[in-house]
Amino acid sequence: MDTTPKAISGVSTFLDDRIGAGSFLKRNMRKIFPDHWSFLLGEIALYSFIILLLTGTFLTFWFKPSMGEVVYSGSYQPLVGVQMSEAYASALNISFDVRGGLLIRQIHHWAALLFIAGMMVHMLRVFFTGAYRKPRELNWLIGVGLLSLALLEGLTGYSLPDDLLSGAGLRITEGVMLGIPVVGTYLTFLLFGGEYPGHDVISRFFTIHILLIPGILLALISAHMVLMWVQKHTQMPGTGRNNKNVVGAPFYPAFMAKAGAFTLFTFGVIALLGTFAQINPIWLFGPYTPADISAGSQPDFYMGFLEGSLRLMPAWEINFLDHTVSLSVLIPALVPLGIVMTGLAVYPFIEQWVTGDRSEHHVADRPRNNPVRTAIGFAGIAFYGVLWLLGANDEISANFHISLYETTIIGRFAIFIVPAIAYFVAYRICLGLQRKDAEVLSHGVESGVIKRLPHGEYIEVHTPPAQDIADHIRGKAEIPIIESGVDGEGIPPKGARTALGRLRAKVSEAYGTDHVPFDEGHGHDEHAAIGAGDQSDGHRDGH
Amino acid sequence: MIGTGNSVNSITARRRHPLARYAVVALALGLLGGGYAVAAPGGSSADAAIASGKADDVAQGKSLFVAHCASCHGMNAEGTAKAPTLVGVGAAAVDFQVSTGRMPAADAGPQAPRKPLGEWATPQAISDLAAYVQSLGGGPTRPAAEQVDPAKGDPAKGGELFRANCIQCHNFVGAGGALTYGKYAPPLNPATPTQIYEAMATGPQAMPVFNDSTITPDQKRDMIAYITHVRSQVDPGGSGLGRIGPVTEGLVAWIVGLSLLILAAIWITAKKRRTQA
Repeated sequence: MDTTPKAISGVSTFLDDRIGAGSFLKRNMRKIFPDHWSFLLGEIALYSFIILLLTGTFLTFWFKPSMGEVVYSGSYQPLVGVQMSEAYASALNISFDVRGGLLIRQIHHWAALLFIAGMMVHMLRVFFTGAYRKPRELNWLIGVGLLSLALLEGLTGYSLPDDLLSGAGLRITEGVMLGIPVVGTYLTFLLFGGEYPGHDVISRFFTIHILLIPGILLALISAHMVLMWVQKHTQMPGTGRNNKNVVGAPFYPAFMAKAGAFTLFTFGVIALLGTFAQINPIWLFGPYTPADISAGSQPDFYMGFLEGSLRLMPAWEINFLDHTVSLSVLIPALVPLGIVMTGLAVYPFIEQWVTGDRSEHHVADRPRNNPVRTAIGFAGIAFYGVLWLLGANDEISANFHISLYETTIIGRFAIFIVPAIAYFVAYRICLGLQRKDAEVLSHGVESGVIKRLPHGEYIEVHTPPAQDIADHIRGKAEIPIIESGVDGEGIPPKGARTALGRLRAKVSEAYGTDHVPFDEGHGHDEHAAIGAGDQSDGHRDGH
Repeated sequence: MIGTGNSVNSITARRRHPLARYAVVALALGLLGGGYAVAAPGGSSADAAIASGKADDVAQGKSLFVAHCASCHGMNAEGTAKAPTLVGVGAAAVDFQVSTGRMPAADAGPQAPRKPLGEWATPQAISDLAAYVQSLGGGPTRPAAEQVDPAKGDPAKGGELFRANCIQCHNFVGAGGALTYGKYAPPLNPATPTQIYEAMATGPQAMPVFNDSTITPDQKRDMIAYITHVRSQVDPGGSGLGRIGPVTEGLVAWIVGLSLLILAAIWITAKKRRTQA
């Protein structure tokens, strides 16, 4: 224990003498965290959440979650004398008459955007590095749950001020609920407490937004962190790193300092945005009345993909026994959400089924080293991205002078074509990057020195890659492929006899086949030297 | 550099005279005020004359019409296959279309865009043209100056009317929006109060007509008061981000917010690579 810093050992002893927690503290304060910039992405969401809790509490001091009608008499002149809900009036009051209220409101909203954006990029990082693999599948599922809840938290949050823009979102929410077959009307009346918009929905959303969902989020985030702590963070491949160790810096002091600095960075960026960039100017939107709607009504960005799917959908409906099933609402509301969220949730298990891989993984994959997964991820991003983009098709049409209908028609094709293109392009890029890696290992890196051979030929001298880079590249793990070959008597293994089994074997082969095996056999040291003629030919061919 | 040492010194001495700064300020104020008096449009009296019809010149208007409009609208504004008749559209329609540069139309797109005026399209020429078209079959006339004075309107009432009647195409703050088949509701920011009034009264292009029985002249003035008030408002929350709502907010969150934080993350975790032993 000589290595334990005094700041830890002192506190540990104090606590140990009283509650017997010293060794726990001592052990955990020295917990090792691997270092990589992408490992901090999740912290954007974590620190934004803290800001959300703090600023949200401030806002509740003045916000009145009531749909009771009042006549505005605050300091925003163009609305004086206008009838509006108490919720909207109190949100205006926060913006114009509470000291610092507008700043806090804007910080709250920007933090919400960065909370979800942070979750998304964090989730993409985990996906592309395969960090969801055993033993971390449960933590991945918690993450998917957190993201889904965050979307709901956002929707209930931006509905609260009861401005005209949020009312458009509320109306779509109502439409989607009405679209649910059989129980839709009952659910709608339950949520709104009667005919839309009723008098209850704001106060109900308020409770959901400030109590129910934040409570669940807090619990799930804690579970997420504890699991991460207990299971240890994955590490990128590199010198001396394997599935049985963690190479990095201890929590105290190194990681704590970095995390503390990043907290302040997050606070700082959000405060800057809240100060200099106006967000959700509810006074410009006006109070909500169900009769009014504005051009350019958009949800916050994380709901954009649902907006886009609704805008792309043809007007299909089925009449069945005098009941209308509105496919034009049901499909866009449920299918993309289902593809994205369910797809994310089941991916680790599908991958396990395909590869038959039941082993633990603590070293992350570089995205290029699992080209099929990376390509699937990019196809997913493209699918989401097209929907997201088309959610703003009226703004695209108005600002870039493209006919509105053309954007819709292009979108209807793009939603199928662009993901396929993204898959192909990402796959080829992965293989290209792997080839580059293989070249670095087998031929070394260009030294910048040109040598002239006795017979007059010029060659460029290559030097072997630095040890850490070489180890990073060699960290490429083999992707297991399930047995599918026939045995000596021509009988395929048990699992591969059914149609599903054959499919599984095929997919497994496509998923796991290494198209660019590293060829270190013929020694990069020779290549590093000027080498004989035939090898220098190899340099120029670049194989 | 050119003058003698003495003269340089004397200029410097005068420049540093205690009264010199007052002289400079007085000179600047004089130049500014004088310049403004020369350059300022002497509009009010001319406007009044036009509004009362005294300065209108139907004959002058007709020759302008033949020169700039007749090739599409016909020699007597009877209309052709290319363009509708202008009999009965009124002076307000002519003033709106020509003063915004929409007419004469450049080409046959889905909608004629606002564009810079031709050199001939002076206020007087537009007024003459409007008088000529008005003489053909009546129609809505140009509003008087006090009918479009934002100061006389009630912006709060106008805001309610604006939200009920305009924003479904023109957006919350009049930033404009897309319509079908390549048409669009233009942004209201460049429109003068008179043009806004005329647009409501005549329903140009894809826009419906809001005549005086639908929206009274007083209500139109309230709406003008709201539109001009909101568009001249300084955004209290910082940069307005184009005032088109969550689309630009999302872009800023990703491009500015997230990029800055990722740069910070890269910076924090950056370390010197160990050099080879």
